[in-house]
Amino acid sequence: MISTTMRAQVSELLALKKHMPGALLVLLHDIQDLAGYIPAELVGDIAAALNLSRAEVHGFITFYHHFRSVPPSATVVQVCRAEACQSMGAQKLWDHAVSCAATANGKHGDAAVSVEPVYCLGLCSTAPAVQINSALHARVQIEQVEGLLTHALTQQGAAA
Amino acid sequence: MSLRIFLPRDSAAIALGADSVAAALMAQAKSLQLDLDLVRNSSRGMFWLEPLLEVQTDEGRVAYGPVTVPDVPGLLKALQEKDGAHPLRLGLTESIPWLARQERLTFARMGVTDPLSLADYQAHAGYSGLRRALQMKPAEIVQEVLDSGLRGRGGAAFPAGIKWKTVANAVAPQKYVVCNADEGDSGTYSDRMTMEGDPFMLIEGMTIAGIATGATQGYVYIRSEYPHAIATMQAAIQIALQNGFLGDRILGTDHRFVLEVRKAAGAYVCGEETAMLESIEGRRGVVRAKPPLPALSGLFGQPTVINNVITLATVPLILERGADYYRNYGVGRSRGTLPIQLTGNIRQAGLIEKAFGVTLRELLYDYGGGSATGRPIKAVQVGGPLGAYVPPEHWDIPFDYEAYAAVGAALGHGGIVVHDDTANLAQLARYAMEFCALESCGKCTPCRIGSTRGVEVIDRITKPQEGQNRAQQVVLLRDLCDTMLAGSLCALGGMTPYPVLSALNHYPQDFGLTNTNSSS
Repeated sequence: MISTTMRAQVSELLALKKHMPGALLVLLHDIQDLAGYIPAELVGDIAAALNLSRAEVHGFITFYHHFRSVPPSATVVQVCRAEACQSMGAQKLWDHAVSCAATANGKHGDAAVSVEPVYCLGLCSTAPAVQINSALHARVQIEQVEGLLTHALTQQGAAA
Repeated sequence: MSLRIFLPRDSAAIALGADSVAAALMAQAKSLQLDLDLVRNSSRGMFWLEPLLEVQTDEGRVAYGPVTVPDVPGLLKALQEKDGAHPLRLGLTESIPWLARQERLTFARMGVTDPLSLADYQAHAGYSGLRRALQMKPAEIVQEVLDSGLRGRGGAAFPAGIKWKTVANAVAPQKYVVCNADEGDSGTYSDRMTMEGDPFMLIEGMTIAGIATGATQGYVYIRSEYPHAIATMQAAIQIALQNGFLGDRILGTDHRFVLEVRKAAGAYVCGEETAMLESIEGRRGVVRAKPPLPALSGLFGQPTVINNVITLATVPLILERGADYYRNYGVGRSRGTLPIQLTGNIRQAGLIEKAFGVTLRELLYDYGGGSATGRPIKAVQVGGPLGAYVPPEHWDIPFDYEAYAAVGAALGHGGIVVHDDTANLAQLARYAMEFCALESCGKCTPCRIGSTRGVEVIDRITKPQEGQNRAQQVVLLRDLCDTMLAGSLCALGGMTPYPVLSALNHYPQDFGLTNTNSSS
């Protein structure tokens, strides 16, 4: 369930931006920035404000990889899986990140860390690249992954 | 004595610790009571040396790199000495051969200026192009771009001037300029560097496009994976607006042009121009059938100039120096320069702006210095995920759109991904099909279904089951590729066969085939 404060904030955003040309893309970014994902309970409100059907809004959200329908893990590790990073061992890095995340989740609870693919962070000359939450890391060695993850989890713990 | 130091704020430098180095520099300077003027500039594009620190001296800027936090105390000490001697010292930045041998036209300011300093920008020829354009008739601006020979740098290489002319001649209540900054191709980042490192150049180019074609509203569609580029562009637009370079009366003239950033949402296909328009309009990024051409019926049904970041960013220089200056670089019908991105498994990776005509072999060995792993280079993918794998026998072909097309390859956006001999080209071909299946918008059948069937057929070639005939599967894969090439609506389905077929043709052994049974 989303809070009444959040629903109010979203209503405000909808009222403010619904007349912008191409408002749906802009508004969904704002809502995801606010809530971390696009709560299903809000799809009806968004559709009503923009005079769209729920199906259109749902279809839009699920088309784009960036939009989430469920809350993300506290720590999201994005490993680039595109060609330039592949040429520098991204597959092994991915496998290792997945196993590190499993270990961390065993220790910290199920959904503390998730590993997601990303197709290009634009760091192709310093491959392989990884993004942990908002921090970019380039030329990532397998041995670094655990440390980077621990650091991110510590920061997360400090913030919480 | 004040010490003027430059340390890049480019994402790649940050990903290698530039922010921590900057913090360490400031802390150390404070404890030494040293007057330090730290400029966070753009990157020179010598990424194997990032974070690259430069210090201003009487002779010019001297480079040090790659700098890590533990290097900071020793480095600051060295910088206070007259000779500045230090193990990381690389000499005068502009004398580093890798950089000195380039033809930096579009990227002339890269690594030199502070991206968000309008004063810096103008001190380095910025806004000279717009000032000249404002004294010309719109049709003369279009002619200048046409005469320069500038072709779309996003990959399709369509002459920019012809597109502009179509929009300029269209009559409509509202026209748009849309910059395609959905740079999703692996092995490309020159758009990102431009937006993070020289944002006013793109704004200036778009403004000129607006004045030339009668468009008063611009959009920059930037991928969500580029948060730094989005932030820098937004900040630069505000600065341009406050200083009269955007708005209702550009530099006091009657020309109006306003600009807005639209953040994309992680769909690769939105790099296709009509899918991008759908996305900006607030719909799923599903490709539109052409005609109508976007130049006549584009964004919100209005005439729209759609160009890639580098195309638009090249325009200020063409207006400043004239069409002839630009077209004197290059070969054949490929005029000017291409900011080439040398990436992947390569020792000296980075941004190399060269006139068309350079060869892959020069790039790989003279600039790149061979593979990063020290192993032999096996295959090179040119032009992004939809570009062909170019085998060694083609490494001496000049970088020229037509010469590459003649061997079934594409220059695309100038992205080069290098693979050493551990790469398996059958796996990479399979990945190309897999990626197409993942990112297909679903509108046309060859792309939506062909890509999935493509993965299956490649699997049957590389891991044949009992009773399956490999040669027959090869025929099937070629037939499927032919259907995708000829029958897809856009380049996603239409060019995925490039990496697949080039892998099959040049590296049949990786598919478990001999030359004879791969050619049927």
